[in-house]
Amino acid sequence: MDLLTFARGPALQWSVAIFFLGVLWRLFGVFLLRRKKDYSKPRSTHLWRGAVKGLIVHLWPYKEFRPKVVQSYILGYIFHIGLAIVVFFFVPHILFIKNIIGVGWGGLPNSFIYITGAVTIAALVAMLVKRIANPVTRLLSNFDDYFSWFVTIAPVVTGLMAAAHWGGRYEHVLAVHILSFELLLVWFPFSKLMHTFFFVVSRGTTGALYERKGTSA
Amino acid sequence: MNDIDTEHPLDLESKRVSVKKPEKRYDMQGEMPDDKRVQTAMRNFVRDFGYIAATYMESCIHCGACAHACHFHEASGDPRHTPIWKLEPFKQAYKREAGPLAFFYKALNLKHKVTVEELQEWQELIYDTCTMCGRCTLICPMSIDIATLVGMARHGMFQAGLVPHELWAVAERAEREGSPLGATPKVFEDRIEWMGDEHDVEMHVDEDKADVLVTMSSIEIQKYPESMAAMAKVLNHMGLSWTFRTDGYEATNFGMLSGNSAWQKDMSMKMINAAIACGAKLLILPECGHAYGALRWSGANMYGKPLPFEVKHISEFLAEGLQSGQIKVNKVDRSVTYHDPCQVSRRGGATEAPRVVLGALGADLREMKGAGLMNWCCGGGGGVLTIHRADDLRHKMFRIKMEQIEATGAEDVLTACSNCRQNFDDNQEYHHWDKTAHSLLDLVADNLAE
Repeated sequence: MDLLTFARGPALQWSVAIFFLGVLWRLFGVFLLRRKKDYSKPRSTHLWRGAVKGLIVHLWPYKEFRPKVVQSYILGYIFHIGLAIVVFFFVPHILFIKNIIGVGWGGLPNSFIYITGAVTIAALVAMLVKRIANPVTRLLSNFDDYFSWFVTIAPVVTGLMAAAHWGGRYEHVLAVHILSFELLLVWFPFSKLMHTFFFVVSRGTTGALYERKGTSA
Repeated sequence: MNDIDTEHPLDLESKRVSVKKPEKRYDMQGEMPDDKRVQTAMRNFVRDFGYIAATYMESCIHCGACAHACHFHEASGDPRHTPIWKLEPFKQAYKREAGPLAFFYKALNLKHKVTVEELQEWQELIYDTCTMCGRCTLICPMSIDIATLVGMARHGMFQAGLVPHELWAVAERAEREGSPLGATPKVFEDRIEWMGDEHDVEMHVDEDKADVLVTMSSIEIQKYPESMAAMAKVLNHMGLSWTFRTDGYEATNFGMLSGNSAWQKDMSMKMINAAIACGAKLLILPECGHAYGALRWSGANMYGKPLPFEVKHISEFLAEGLQSGQIKVNKVDRSVTYHDPCQVSRRGGATEAPRVVLGALGADLREMKGAGLMNWCCGGGGGVLTIHRADDLRHKMFRIKMEQIEATGAEDVLTACSNCRQNFDDNQEYHHWDKTAHSLLDLVADNLAE
């Protein structure tokens, strides 16, 4: 079996399986924990409204905090949106997904995807530099932070290399690209990348608690 | 755990009340092997772990934003004062012992075992440099409630005998004597009588039946006893049936602040039982921030079912009385600003009430930047004020508050927390400032319209 066949075959199946099982395990590991009944008299019982509000309010920093954190938010949005565009709107990706799940959608022009990929890489590099340069984030950071960064940027870099036919035989680079994405899938459930799901739960939970207490957030 | 004997005398003369500055500190209580101490800390931390706390533990992306919201970090510039870092050993413990991947971390030994030295180092981070003000939750892109997690870490630290000397001493005294600051039932009764005479106001103590049970903070009883007279004046003015009870009056709850859940429950249950005993329909909480969180939001959970009476902070009670016309006041011709006690406003939700009160008094309210939700904590809450070791940073930090207040140009500062007040008084002395915070309740009581 050559590398590309391996990447498209067993490696893909295993990594997708680990991804889904891992994600479900970790989410249910938390969801199934005991929920204590709160007997205090609520100011409001519209907890869902609070949860949705919490989700929306935290999309952007409060005015008071903007001077300190807005730069990180902008960089964060650039690479998150950039990743979403590259992953879900590059025509070969859509075909790849369609092959598996049978559903496809319209893509964006390749040149736009390449530029987006380059911008995403730039934003991720800037985030890493900030992480290391800032004494607070340097202190907080552990292996998870750096390795998650690596497995996030690697598929973008290898993808651009494959598209540019650079770095060796196309089939090899493509195989490495697919394998790097599979590494992301495998690492995902064990890492901070789980915030993809947990941000909804966490913000929603606090939003609901605030609503219950009548805190004007 | 009695090796810190509460012979350690109280210091009731200085601007802030605590135990006298210990000559030798005992920041470790009880005898147990280091290993056991660590295990106890971690077990008691994860013991209360439910869905909510676990969600927060899973969600941190190490972005460090919380540092900017924390007055301790802003004052010290020390990265260790980043709110989420204060939980680092407990995060390790969660991942290793309680999280969904615990087996994985343990089997591969991916998270190292926490040591007692680390916990000793973290004592300063969990107690001296966190007032549990909750401002960091607002900046957190995941809105992690770090203050609640710090409260849980304190549960672990208390059981492991790793509480700062002074905080342990006052909490132990609170459990044993009924007050952290020597306001025993006898002292309380004497001081009520004194204030009744001094202010010529009718006092009600230990009534068998009353519609309203009034509670106090030990800080008020010992340091601002006029608050008792003010409370009585307002309630008499309204013509309500009310009482103080010597079997349930102390609201500060140092059990909660120090991290002893059993003591927290004891302290809450005294007030709950007293209210039930006199058939109260309403329990009024005093001007004290953490007292509000302890009874308004945790009291029923200590009781194990909904409370058979209403619980209101004094500012809420005053606001309703003024709105309904039960309280009539003269106008106050002053410019004022209002310092939000974190546990009442940001974490308690009673943010509007003091504004209603000041509006009814006709005061010219000049809000601080970020008033209400975003307000900077004064730095005295969460037991920090009792710890002498924390003084330098607390004083430094208070500059943020002074600048905020000066910027309003208001003549007077008001608040509804006696702990904030003593922190203001202490800092006023330290910084030779011409201002301090005054009581909202006193202002209302002084301006009742006859």
